Amino acid sequence: MKDQIFLLDPTAEQAPAVRARPARPGSFEGLCVGILDISKARGDVFLDEIERQLHDRGIATRRYKKPTFAKIAPPELRQQIAAECGAVIEALAD
Amino acid sequence: MTENTQDNTGKFVAVCKRECETCAMIVPVLRQIADHEIHLTVYTQDDPDFPEGLSDVLDDTGLEHSWRLDIETVPTLIRFENNREAGRVAGWDRQQWRRLTGIPDLGEDLPAFRPGCGAKNAEPGMAEILAVRHGDLRLSSRRISAGAAEDEIETCYARGWTDGLPVVPPTELRVVRMLGGTIRRPDEVIARTPPNLIACTVEKAAINAVMAGCKPEYLPVVLAAVEAACQDEFCLHGLLATTYFSGPVVLVNGPVRRAVGMNSGVNVFGQGNRANAAIGRALQLIIRNVGGGRPGEIDRATFGTPGKYGFCFAEDEENSPWEPFSVERGFAEDTSTVSLFAGGEVQGVFDQQSRDPESLCRTFAACLRAVVHPKIPMSADAVLAVSPEHGRVFSQAGWTKADVKAKLHQLLQLPGRDLVRGAGGIAEGVPEDFIDADLPKFRPGGLDIVFAGGPAGMFSAILGGWVATGAGGSQSVTREIKS
Repeated sequence: MKDQIFLLDPTAEQAPAVRARPARPGSFEGLCVGILDISKARGDVFLDEIERQLHDRGIATRRYKKPTFAKIAPPELRQQIAAECGAVIEALAD
Repeated sequence: MTENTQDNTGKFVAVCKRECETCAMIVPVLRQIADHEIHLTVYTQDDPDFPEGLSDVLDDTGLEHSWRLDIETVPTLIRFENNREAGRVAGWDRQQWRRLTGIPDLGEDLPAFRPGCGAKNAEPGMAEILAVRHGDLRLSSRRISAGAAEDEIETCYARGWTDGLPVVPPTELRVVRMLGGTIRRPDEVIARTPPNLIACTVEKAAINAVMAGCKPEYLPVVLAAVEAACQDEFCLHGLLATTYFSGPVVLVNGPVRRAVGMNSGVNVFGQGNRANAAIGRALQLIIRNVGGGRPGEIDRATFGTPGKYGFCFAEDEENSPWEPFSVERGFAEDTSTVSLFAGGEVQGVFDQQSRDPESLCRTFAACLRAVVHPKIPMSADAVLAVSPEHGRVFSQAGWTKADVKAKLHQLLQLPGRDLVRGAGGIAEGVPEDFIDADLPKFRPGGLDIVFAGGPAGMFSAILGGWVATGAGGSQSVTREIKS
């Protein structure tokens, strides 16, 4: 394993050093919400409940599943979710 | 030196390495010095066990002491008085070693002279590594960490630092090496960079030059390009924000072209030459990262051009029938300059039949008329890049650059009746008021001529300018490149 590398900031340093997360949607209005099951045990229980509550509020959802929680989602799945959804919810814990 | 010959009360330092034959040869000399109860410290660069038989041998495989002592050759013997260096000898020179130590029979059995070997701290690239590790050069830019398992090229993408192509990750070592390309201080402000009018320091320019792929020797060209681009008359902010195609185009003149290996010939506006590509790209990355000028934000170009990745080329002064562009601008031929134009749409000029200057000028004029729109005069400047095969037509006829410009000026007086709105069935054009006027295609000084391109091909090229020109828009700027 190589050592941690430090890069010198080429910018005017007007943004925080920690990279900002993408902005969260202000509301679910008109958004399709992806429900991503990462294939971890009982994650589906949590996601089923989330999805039910979203449906109760009239919010459209789409269901996705990673082949394994041990690896990052394959590119095709990431691209599909990005193309079809405005937000995504996943359950991380057991 | 002479007054110290008999004074052996000082302290001595020797620097050596085992792999150096001269160092190995003088080990008995070092022991002889130590036997004279002279305080001798030996720093060893490669093997802590070398040389044997001496009490005060210090491991300098990390090369810090060698670097601090500025050793170039091993062995080197240095004499200190009151903690100040009072003399040094590099390599083995019996007379000099005797003089420095005051030991009259030193090295009696050795040859009188043996050159030393290159010191490990002086190996290529090592000086900068040691300067980063031990030096007092302090760079002020924020350090951004990339995780051990992270690809630092992807870190640069994720931070939004790139133009879409990969950049060289700007590590401190690379930036220190880049700064070696100039004598200017890292904290010197070279310009206020639009659009955010941020003070761009030599250090920030060097970081972006690293990312663009520059060698240190390109840095002075990059610094001059940034200075030129940020002059008020160049109007970089407007050029950046325009919906039109244009971006900054960098022309380099003078000895630096050959010194850094720039292309002025085959495929001069194309890919393949590191200096052309990296210098032009460095300017664009500085505009993006320091100035904050990003496409889709302040940069509102409808199309842009591929030249906005970077557009930099050199004039072919050696084969030109005319004076270099920089000389036309009042600089000496041995002065290196950058010139900045706002534009960069490359329009081809095809003429394989003209063998006399009159005919070729008519071709140029017909094509130049099309810059922006054939019915719109004085809207944009242009640079005409004349190729060797077209240049020959003029040189054989003895035409100067001024002759060509005068002829083009005459041929590009356009009758208002052809230009007014509606003429030729085209709504675009000048207002009806100009129907009886003759209008020049270019404002005074709006057409420049340079010489470049490959030796084969009866083509020339027009670099169309931005549609805001003169005092109310962008004017080309030339600046001297300083070290």
